Amino acid sequence: MTWEVVIGIETHAQLATQSKIFSGASTAFGAEPNAQTSLIDLAMPGVLPVVNREAVGCAIRFGLAVGSKIDQHSIFARKNYFYPDLPKGYQISQFENPVVVGGQIVLQLGQGDDLVEKVVNLTRAHMEEDAGKSLHEDFQGRTGVDLNRAGTPLLEIVTEPEMRSSAEAVAYARALHSLVRWIGICDGNMQEGSFRCDANVSVRKPGQPFGTRREIKNLNSFRFMQQAIDYEVQWQINELEEGRAIQQATVLFDPDTGETRAMRSKEDAQDYRYFPDPDLLPIAISDEWIDRVRGEMPELPQAMRERFQALGLSAYDAAAVTASLEIARYYESALKVAGNAQAKVAANWIMGDFSARLNREGLDIEAAPVTPEQLGGLIARIADQTISNAIGKKVFDALWQGQGKSADEIIEAQGLKQITDTGAIEALVDEVLAANPGNVAEFKAGKEKALNALVGQIMKAAKGKANPQQVNDLLKKKLS
Amino acid sequence: MINASLKELASALDSKKISSLELTDLFLGRIAQHNPLINAFVTVDEEKSRAAAKAADAIRAAGNAGPLTGVPIAHKDIFCQDGWRTTCGSRMLENFIAPYNATVVERCNQAGLVPLGKVNMDEFAMGSSNETSYYGPVRNPWDTDRVPGGSSGGSAAAVAARLAPAATGTDTGGSIRQPAALCGLTGLKPSYGTVSRWGMIAFASSLDQAGPMARSAEDCGLLLNAFAGFDAKDSTSLERDNEDYTRSLYQPLKGLRIGLPKEFFGTDGDAATMAAIEAALAEYRKLGAETVEVSLPSISQSVSAYYVIAPAEASSNLSRFDGVRYGYRAPEYTDLNDMYAKSRAQGFGEEVKRRILIGTYVLSHGYYDAYYLQAQRIRRLIASDFDAAFKQCDVIASPTTPGTAFKFGEKSGDPVQMYLSDIYTIGVNLAGIPALSHPCGEINGLPTGMQLIGPYFSEHRLLNVTHQYQQVTDWHRRMPTAFA
Repeated sequence: MTWEVVIGIETHAQLATQSKIFSGASTAFGAEPNAQTSLIDLAMPGVLPVVNREAVGCAIRFGLAVGSKIDQHSIFARKNYFYPDLPKGYQISQFENPVVVGGQIVLQLGQGDDLVEKVVNLTRAHMEEDAGKSLHEDFQGRTGVDLNRAGTPLLEIVTEPEMRSSAEAVAYARALHSLVRWIGICDGNMQEGSFRCDANVSVRKPGQPFGTRREIKNLNSFRFMQQAIDYEVQWQINELEEGRAIQQATVLFDPDTGETRAMRSKEDAQDYRYFPDPDLLPIAISDEWIDRVRGEMPELPQAMRERFQALGLSAYDAAAVTASLEIARYYESALKVAGNAQAKVAANWIMGDFSARLNREGLDIEAAPVTPEQLGGLIARIADQTISNAIGKKVFDALWQGQGKSADEIIEAQGLKQITDTGAIEALVDEVLAANPGNVAEFKAGKEKALNALVGQIMKAAKGKANPQQVNDLLKKKLS
Repeated sequence: MINASLKELASALDSKKISSLELTDLFLGRIAQHNPLINAFVTVDEEKSRAAAKAADAIRAAGNAGPLTGVPIAHKDIFCQDGWRTTCGSRMLENFIAPYNATVVERCNQAGLVPLGKVNMDEFAMGSSNETSYYGPVRNPWDTDRVPGGSSGGSAAAVAARLAPAATGTDTGGSIRQPAALCGLTGLKPSYGTVSRWGMIAFASSLDQAGPMARSAEDCGLLLNAFAGFDAKDSTSLERDNEDYTRSLYQPLKGLRIGLPKEFFGTDGDAATMAAIEAALAEYRKLGAETVEVSLPSISQSVSAYYVIAPAEASSNLSRFDGVRYGYRAPEYTDLNDMYAKSRAQGFGEEVKRRILIGTYVLSHGYYDAYYLQAQRIRRLIASDFDAAFKQCDVIASPTTPGTAFKFGEKSGDPVQMYLSDIYTIGVNLAGIPALSHPCGEINGLPTGMQLIGPYFSEHRLLNVTHQYQQVTDWHRRMPTAFA
């Protein structure tokens, strides 16, 4: 019997607020050490925290996006432990009454027609402050402390242990990553630590109770997450098959060796002595506040996907054009100009030529030189047969180069309009037939391929502008 | 001048009988003369005080004086005061110069009150005798062999010895009222949330409250006007309109119902103390008040609940004193944990360490429910006891302390005995309601106090009741003769 993998994920998403969760200091990344610290972040004697309502708004927004219950009287608690980058000697977090309870993330697994959806249930999401950073390398024989990050607002999002493979875990992390950016509560920058995951991994025989788990800390890329879980799973299976029990532990993934390594065992586990923070009242969240946040919420990816599928996109295409809010917005703006009938064509453009060009030039979608309105206009001209698909690619390139303000302008200026005048096309056909008796003879002898050569010649003579369908029809008529 | 009320001082300043600088110099001179004996002041900075006095004189000369502009005040060394050493009575903060002002200090400054210096206290406000201060005990001006009470013992001794006309204090379990009683002063602990805790070094956040310590109810009201009120920097500060705490001082007491908790008026009270209380109640009856028996059935649990909740919060609040960013760091250590252990072992005194240990214990996994949660339940019971009692009366009266000032060492060897001396005052902090202590007699030459407790936001009423009493009695005018 094989082993079943059980994974739960805890994610720390840094909330995209201007200032810290309990002080007015800036949260911007990359400042001089300790330049962004207020008296509160330094934990001076006598200072008090005041909760940043913007951070609470982000938490509400997340809760609404994943269909959670919002606790309207959630409580901040103190998590007590000593560490030099924890200035108060406790972290303000939430313990017994988190702001977000329950909820679901829907993820897509597989590709193309094999795409399936899976629902991952969330246990909770709670607000907390980040700690500072200990700098062990920068000073010989001493440790530096940078408190710029101390007090940065985080939302810790915890799933049920419902993922059954590293692929599912990564798909969940990607879906969550996309969602928090989609709803604008986190910039998702994994290099800067704005989005980091811990994976709780265990294995068991199907039908048995959960095995003992080990927690892989601080996974800051999807690739590392996959590698770390795969390694950890194999390690646990080997241990168990060799008759050794798994000890609960916290482990770190080393990207250089591809291995996980125990950092501390359960015996070293600290007693954090959680208790409600007496400096902070329960966070009162009114119905009005929730309604206001709901009103500001962008349409969610799931709803958008369903809407696009109704226009004729496959589930896979719908997922692709809703991979991020930026792509979805681009797609929708393009579609507005091209018309809903072009939903599939527009999706192909965006996932094909447009994405390829962005990738090649290393650009974000926001920096694309072709606006969605321009692309939509181009698609419309292909649809109404003003230009052919092949010419369309030329026009796209011209738009990218900034050669004109719209597809129409470029088509006009460069004379790319498709030739649909039957007389003009007929003249071209006659000309080519007269000049290529060999091909004509071959076709008549049953070589279908010869037709393609003739079409090629005609299109060449027309500089690509002749309507291909008309060319085909006329040619067949004349050869029959 | 040293016996003048704050109103009289303001009036003398206004009529140019004296300048704030002269007045400040007068008190600075008395501090220089008497402080070596009573040790009330930990830090004096004459230049800073005189600069503030000059600034106050200039404000008055410009016609912009408020009711207390130019009047000197002493701040308990628990309040951060920008540019002043702020020790909280601890070795841990021996060299800590505060980089900002507590809201209480800031508002006093804005009111033109002139800071005379920082006054001594039990270390981190943990104590009832001022014997736990790293800077040595404060001596009671009425008898220098005796304690002034605590933790605001420096505040009380400074005002009693006329080294300052008034002082700020803080009260977590009686730390304003008990020293006020033992030194013959009037001291008010306001409703929780009335005075901002910003910049006041936390002992037990859910119980700590700052208040005035002075000689009369009127003085206390004027001071509270200066520094009470909503502060957005303190999330537990209550968002209410500012009020004039002196507005009811002259209201007659006819019809006032004074509740006497049967739990406090049983047979086990100190006879002399109870006699003084009875005499004060007789005065109140003459003023038109009536007394009614009330009951606070859970009050006997208050000391137990308090000594779970307060140490629990303190154990966490004091974690920031780790020797990393400021404060005391042990000169030698082997590694990080050793640095923490040695810095805290050497930087904190015995009582502080005892309470950190108690607090850490009651919050520990497996004990939290039995201690911390149970104490919170008792806390709610005590609050509802008071609610019920105030349906039958307007204020509640009791002794402030079980006896007068005790001798040094008399209780310091037995922490539990020391904790039990807070029996009358602690329930008030657990319930969050206001209470004051006013002088009501002398026993063997030592002052004794009466505590008056009111429902939430009844400060003005407590001050009114006391003021009326102080119109017909002179206990609050008496002073220790050695400091005349």
